[in-house]
Amino acid sequence: MSVPDASLVVSDLHVQFGAFVAVHDVSFDAHPGEVRFLIGPNGAGKTTCIDAITGLSKGTGTARFGDKELLGSPAQKIVRLGVGRTFQTASVFAQLSVLQNLDIAAGLRRSPVSLLRARRGVDASVERALEETGLGTVRDLPAGMLSHGQKQWLEIGMLLVQDAKVLLLDEPVAGMSQDERTATGELLGRVAANRVVVVVEHDMDFMRSFATRVTVLHQGRVLSEGSVAEIQADPRVQEVYLGTAGALSGALAPGAEEVD
Amino acid sequence: MTKFTTRLPLIGIGVFAVLLLVVAPAVLSEHWISNLGKYCCLAIAAVGIGLAWGRGGMLVMGQGVFFGLGAYAMAMHLTLETAGPGALPGFMILYDPLAPLPAFWEPFRSEVFTLVAIVLLPVIVSAILGYALFKRRVKGAYFAILTQALAVALAVLISSTIRETGGDTGLSNFKYFFGYVLNDEANKLMVYLIAAALLVVCLLAVWQFNRSRFGELLVATRDAEERVRFLGYDPANIKLFAFVVAAVMASIGGAMFVPIVGIITPQEIGASASILMIAGVALGGRASLFGPALGAMAIGWGQSSLGSSWPEGWIYILGLIFIFVILFLPMGLSSLFDRAKGLIRRSSDEPGPATPELREVVK
Ligand SMILES: Nc1ncnc2c1ncn2[C@@H]1O[C@H](COP(=O)(O)OP(=O)(O)OP(=O)(O)O)[C@@H](O)[C@H]1O
Ligand SMILES: [Mg+2]
Repeated sequence: MSVPDASLVVSDLHVQFGAFVAVHDVSFDAHPGEVRFLIGPNGAGKTTCIDAITGLSKGTGTARFGDKELLGSPAQKIVRLGVGRTFQTASVFAQLSVLQNLDIAAGLRRSPVSLLRARRGVDASVERALEETGLGTVRDLPAGMLSHGQKQWLEIGMLLVQDAKVLLLDEPVAGMSQDERTATGELLGRVAANRVVVVVEHDMDFMRSFATRVTVLHQGRVLSEGSVAEIQADPRVQEVYLGTAGALSGALAPGAEEVD
Repeated sequence: MTKFTTRLPLIGIGVFAVLLLVVAPAVLSEHWISNLGKYCCLAIAAVGIGLAWGRGGMLVMGQGVFFGLGAYAMAMHLTLETAGPGALPGFMILYDPLAPLPAFWEPFRSEVFTLVAIVLLPVIVSAILGYALFKRRVKGAYFAILTQALAVALAVLISSTIRETGGDTGLSNFKYFFGYVLNDEANKLMVYLIAAALLVVCLLAVWQFNRSRFGELLVATRDAEERVRFLGYDPANIKLFAFVVAAVMASIGGAMFVPIVGIITPQEIGASASILMIAGVALGGRASLFGPALGAMAIGWGQSSLGSSWPEGWIYILGLIFIFVILFLPMGLSSLFDRAKGLIRRSSDEPGPATPELREVVK
């Protein structure tokens, strides 16, 4: 199963809604071992990129995971290739317990007949995900009662249970407290060791602390790409984020407020 | 404690089975046994609706179609059995004594074919319909309207084919049921017991579905279909399965309805009949195990007692009940039980396992 080159390579991705081009020839790649960030102002096309890669929106160009082309496959097939995602607004099964949520994620490769039996015991992968995400103490609570941050962890936990090799996370720390952000960042660092992790974020502090490589999108195009330092030094990025190049210290310097 | 609560529905089904299969035959008159049998048939269809709508979120407004498939399959067989081997059904002789039996009637002379058809016909129709609708992601009101339209179409088709199906007068005057004389009191009781037993079996089946992984997945699909898709499942297949099971249950209910009630007409399977089935399920509580069955039985009882003695009033009462339930008990009467349980738990104030964790989350 171990593909020698288990990287995600997106090239010339193009997504159009009617006459409106939301994503314009965007290319980027992400490799196991790095926490890859995709940033940009509202409406830059970040979510649309993920939508296209995961089969939610139609896109042209290529998006390869290893040697497999993702564009054009139905969403559930892409997941079965090992590409998982979370949503900007956490979507968990509110009426089901944390454990049931994870168990459903783990059921991806179960036979249809086994689905008709009741759950006995907890899969090892579910146990591991509970531990990894720190949700063990709330395992029997309905997911709808979790805090916002816990829901995001549950979503990430569901991807871990599935042993997804590519994690595309849409604003995973939005609405989290500072401690929760740090915990999430550390979790992503651990998870990224042998997986491709792409994070869409608005939070500049979070990006600075945990990003290894960043791509900046603006109006559907790639504006800049590089390490955190390179991005911060790019005058075009400063302009997009602040309107004036001179005020860069506001958004991109350490200790700045979140841009949104 | 937890062991007990998970076994509780099973105990409930057991009690229900004893009431239907032992107590009712001992205390009820022949007339009421026949009525109760009819309610059981409606309840069988309702249990399926509970699965598809309550658990799966598919507002199946046209279950009359599947009820009708089972009912007409059974009615055609009983009609042919009554006519005798090689003979034409009575109503066809009235039109043209020399006309041949329509080709689609012929196989229903066979008992085995009829029984298989009662299960397979709804499977085939619902699978094709469900596949077409769910793969195209038709849902919500569009799904409801489409299924409803199908019920109307089938009823109209039967109404307009008097020579082949009996039209609006329907099929009736059955004398035999798989060799048993239907007029005989003991045989009537037997037919009732079959219907009641089938209801218990359907309840057991849905109980198992609900506690299985499939049941969890179905609820998950109802609440967040896209999320299920992005966990690698095809929601269409999950919904399709529940839809097909519901169709089979409706068909079985329809099939047993025929020997018990003694007549089947397009009115019993058309739009308003389909809506009445939904009404019972909504009244009882669509997502609960017993709600759909008990709700359907209650509506059936109201229909046959008040509905026949005071038809104008019954319609208004039904409307009022419906408004009341939708306004104050959107999850049906069964949600009263859950509330009561919640109250008892709170007042007894036992440190249940969920409480400390709950506090943790709330803070
Ligand atoms: N289904 C759609 N139909 C039409 N336009 C769309 C659709 N989805 C997104 N868009 C448009 O595409 C553009 C990019 O949207 P997208 O959601 O990808 O932005 P984003 O970078 O994720 O922004 P945010 O930070 O606000 O989440 C926006 O102008 C949006 O209005
Ligand atoms: Mg977005």
